[in-house]
Order: sequence, then C-alpha cells, then structure tokens
Amino acid sequence: MHWLHHYIKLLTVASLVLITAGGLVTSTDSGLAVPDWPNTYGYFMFSFPLSKMVGGVLYEHGHRLIASIVGMLTIGLVVWLSRTEPRTWVRRLGWIALAAVITQGTLGGLTVLYFLPPPISISHAGLAQLFFVLVVSLTVFTSPGWRAQYSRPHPLNDRTLSRLTLLMPFVIYCQILIGATMRHTDAGLAIPEFPLPFGLLVPPVWTTGITFNFAHRIGALVVTVLILTTMAHVLYHHRSVRTLARPALLLGALVCLQFSLGALTVLSEKHVVINTAHVAVGATVLVTAVVLALRVHRISFRDVDIHDRQPETCVESVPTDSEAQA
Amino acid sequence: MQRRTIWSFVLVAILFVTSACESRSDVAPVSVVPESGGGGGSGGTMGDSTVIGTVTIEGTAPMAETIRMNSDPVCLKEATMTDTEYYIVGEENALGNVFVYVKEGISGTYPPANETVTLDQRGCRYNPHIFGLQVGQTLQIVNSDDTLHNIHATPVANAEFNTGQPIQGMTLDRQFDQPEVMVPFKCDVHGWMNSYVGVLPHPFFATTGPDGTFDLSNLPAGNYVVEAWHEMLGTQTQNVTVGDGETTEVSFSFNVG
Repeated sequence: MHWLHHYIKLLTVASLVLITAGGLVTSTDSGLAVPDWPNTYGYFMFSFPLSKMVGGVLYEHGHRLIASIVGMLTIGLVVWLSRTEPRTWVRRLGWIALAAVITQGTLGGLTVLYFLPPPISISHAGLAQLFFVLVVSLTVFTSPGWRAQYSRPHPLNDRTLSRLTLLMPFVIYCQILIGATMRHTDAGLAIPEFPLPFGLLVPPVWTTGITFNFAHRIGALVVTVLILTTMAHVLYHHRSVRTLARPALLLGALVCLQFSLGALTVLSEKHVVINTAHVAVGATVLVTAVVLALRVHRISFRDVDIHDRQPETCVESVPTDSEAQA
Repeated sequence: MQRRTIWSFVLVAILFVTSACESRSDVAPVSVVPESGGGGGSGGTMGDSTVIGTVTIEGTAPMAETIRMNSDPVCLKEATMTDTEYYIVGEENALGNVFVYVKEGISGTYPPANETVTLDQRGCRYNPHIFGLQVGQTLQIVNSDDTLHNIHATPVANAEFNTGQPIQGMTLDRQFDQPEVMVPFKCDVHGWMNSYVGVLPHPFFATTGPDGTFDLSNLPAGNYVVEAWHEMLGTQTQNVTVGDGETTEVSFSFNVG
C-alpha cells in the first residue's frame, strides 16, 4: 500500500506535467501543428523522429507523448488497485480514472481532426481537470494520514468550514471551465486592459468574447474571496490542526499567485510562459481545494470504509502528526 | 475475478495500440484537374478591354520586423528572407501584395483555367504571399524545405483543411468550390508562415508587385466595381467603366493610420 501511494503521487506529477503541456499547446497556438491523429505525420506516435520535433510539433507531439505515459501509468494504477486495494469504491475510482483518460485521449484526437471546435476543446480541458482531481483524490485515499483519519476520529463540528470546503472545488471548477471557454474561443484579450474593462467597471459593449472574459474576471474575484475566507476561517478556528492549516495556507498563496498570473497574462498580451503557468496553477488550486475538502470531510467516508473493510486491511497503528501530513 | 480483470486490461491495451497504428482517414481527396480551358464559355465572355492602375500607400508604413525562426534549425539555416511581408513598399510609395479584383459587374460563368497555381513552401515562407485562383482551378502546394510543414487553410465559405507535408518535395493538389476573398493559409508548425488566396468565379484579378501596378485584361466592356484588398489595411472599392477595346486607369491609395 505504501508503494501504491508513491506510485499514485508519481501519476499526480505526470498529470500536472500533462496539463502544463496542454496549456503550452494552446498558449503557442500549436493545437493543429500535427494534423493527423493518432499518428503523427503518418508515423506511429512512438517512432516519430526526434529531429522532426520542431516549432509547434514539439509542443503538440510532446503533449501526446506525455499523455501516453499518463495513460499507461493509469492502466498500471488500475491493475495495482485491482490486485491490492481492499476498498471497492477506491478500485472503482481507479476504473473511472481509466475511463476518463481514454475519453480524454479520444477528445484530444477528435479536436485535432475537426480543427479544434470549441465544444470539444473545452470538454478536453474540463475533463483534464476532473482526471487530475481523481488522481489527487486517490493519492489522498491511499495516504497513511487518510487511513489513520488524520488522528481525528471525531467530526470537526464546523458546519461553516464543511460548507465552504464543499462549495470551493465546485466554484473553482466552474471558473476553470469559463477560463477554458475563453481560451478556446480566443477571447483572452477580448478585454485588453486590466483591471478595469475599457476603463469602466462594466464593459460598455458586449460581444461573446467580452462576456466570457468579463465572466472569468468576476469568477476570479469570487474564487479569491472564497478561498481567502476559507483560509482565514481555518487559521482562526483550526490553526493547530496542521492537516487543515497547511493546505489552507497553500491554497491562499496559490490563489494570490493565480490572480497575479491572470493579470499578467492580459498585461503581457498572453506571454507564453505566463499564459501556460496560469493553466498549471489553476489546476493546482483546484486539487488543493479538493484535498482540503477531503480532509475536512474525512469522517464522512468512515461508513464506506467500514462497509468495505476486509480482514487483511485492518487497523494499522495511528501515525504521528508528521506521518499524517502525507 | 482478478484474471478476468487482467484480461480486460490486455484487451484495452490491444485496442489502444491497434487504433494508434491505423492510418489517418485524411481530409477530402485530391480533386481532378478540369479539362476545360480558360477563356469565355458557359455565358462568360472574354473581351479586349483592360483596367490598369497603381496602388500606393499614404503615410509611413511600419518597418518590417525580423522573424525569429530559431524554433526550427532548418528554417534558421535555409531562410533567405526573414522580414515580415505585411508592407511591401516600392518607389513613390507603391504598395505591393495588394489583391485587386473585379468584385461586381461580371456576368456569366467562367470555367477554371487549366494552369495549375503553385504555392511553394521554401525557406519556411509561403511563395507567393498573396495570390488569386479561380473556383475549381487546381492549387498545387509544394514543400521545398527539408523540414515538415502543415498546410492549414481556414476558409469560411469553403471547406477547412489541415494536411501535413513531412517530407521535402511532397505536393498536394487542392481546389476551392466557392468564391471567397480571401482564404487564409497558415502553418501551425512555424507560426510566422501565412498566406492568402483570393478565390473568384472569373479570371479578372491580379496581385500588385513592388511597383504597385496591376493589370486586369481581357475584360468585356462594361461597368464594374473593382476592389483592392490588403492584409493589414483592409479594402477599397471603385466604380470603373471601360469601353470596348479601351484601357481605363484607376488608382487606389491606402492610408496608414
């Protein structure tokens, strides 16, 4: 179980690299640099010569190669879970992750073959985030801290925190979807100024691009306020609970970074590095919120665990606080 | 139970690899070059009138920028021209790369010309940068570079296509079946490469050279709307009347804001 947890952490890192590579593809406008799929310029994907990985091909084909690695790691994950994981619902989550990664690859291929239609490209971006959330959740579910219930056998009895942490991932995901829509409809600079659109509080004219752009800015404010409120709540009421305080602090720092990257993306007229970092940090904000939510609601999974528990999985020693951070 | 699970994995893996090995079902196949030649037919007539003229630019055109081609070592090595082509300004403010064509006033239909128009990818540039083509006329796209290119046309009225040319010397023949001014081409591998083609149902079009001149010959006598299109400066139109056997001169002047 220990090695499985590390394996899923590796998959988590690979997934973040994949999302970053995807951001690089859109930021460099390289989505159609490889016109065919699943082959690459007629070559079998893994036999495409490295010498031909130039210009936009480097980003698009690189994205495909990383995606293949993530796909294979996910197959390995399902096999590993099937053989060693006693909890049925965790094994099922592995299967869902595999279905997601296969669907994701198909969406990626379709969007190339149909010249990047926004509905398919946005679905590709949205499913990438859900897959990432699944993998990170599996990392949490297989961690020693989770199995030891973070040394907290009793509920937190904090309904405000419970609601905030349930709401947060949903709101962040909606904001990411709006961002993906903006990105795939080329509306990133529909409002070319920051912070005020056209020098006003509200845009004087409305086009589809301006609407998505403005919605993303409003969404950024909502997400930032929500995260900072949650962070303040955790630090005020649960400062001593390190398994909550740490992700809350990280979340606060990440959302500040993400807000700055969003502003810089506009001010730099979508500089490739900044624009790509905005995608990667956005995904990290989402999964950090998910981790916090899972830790807050750990007790809710208790019954499921009991229901699934099998003799060989039982009680391990309660880890120390530092172990519980894992 | 576990054995069945493992076999399921094997099946999924086989399906994945099999699908990856299949060839791509590409975009529309190459069309056949039409037999009929250019010059009046099916109602469209050729005349002996001509509209000639010059396109100039008022104000100072932005300086050409040097394109950084370092994302592809082959381009870096083989490119003979690395300046942007947005503004080709000659003597006395003559403006090149302007597509001039008869927008209105042509009646009847004109079969496509027999000649094949070539769009060459050489030195990681499109040559020509701005050009015209008749509906149904064959466009041959050639990769003269020792690197790969993709040809991505993004028309509105015609069908979009995106085809790879990974090997030097590869050619691709395409036709457009609807008039459209202009159809953009781009290479997604080399983001700086772009080109435009004006697709028309008749042969009365021209692209200005560095001297800014154009020549629309073999027109039937009549009243026409002539339009000049520039990729950065937009369009201008003029009404032109040309008598039988006459030559009428018009000039266009684009203003740089």
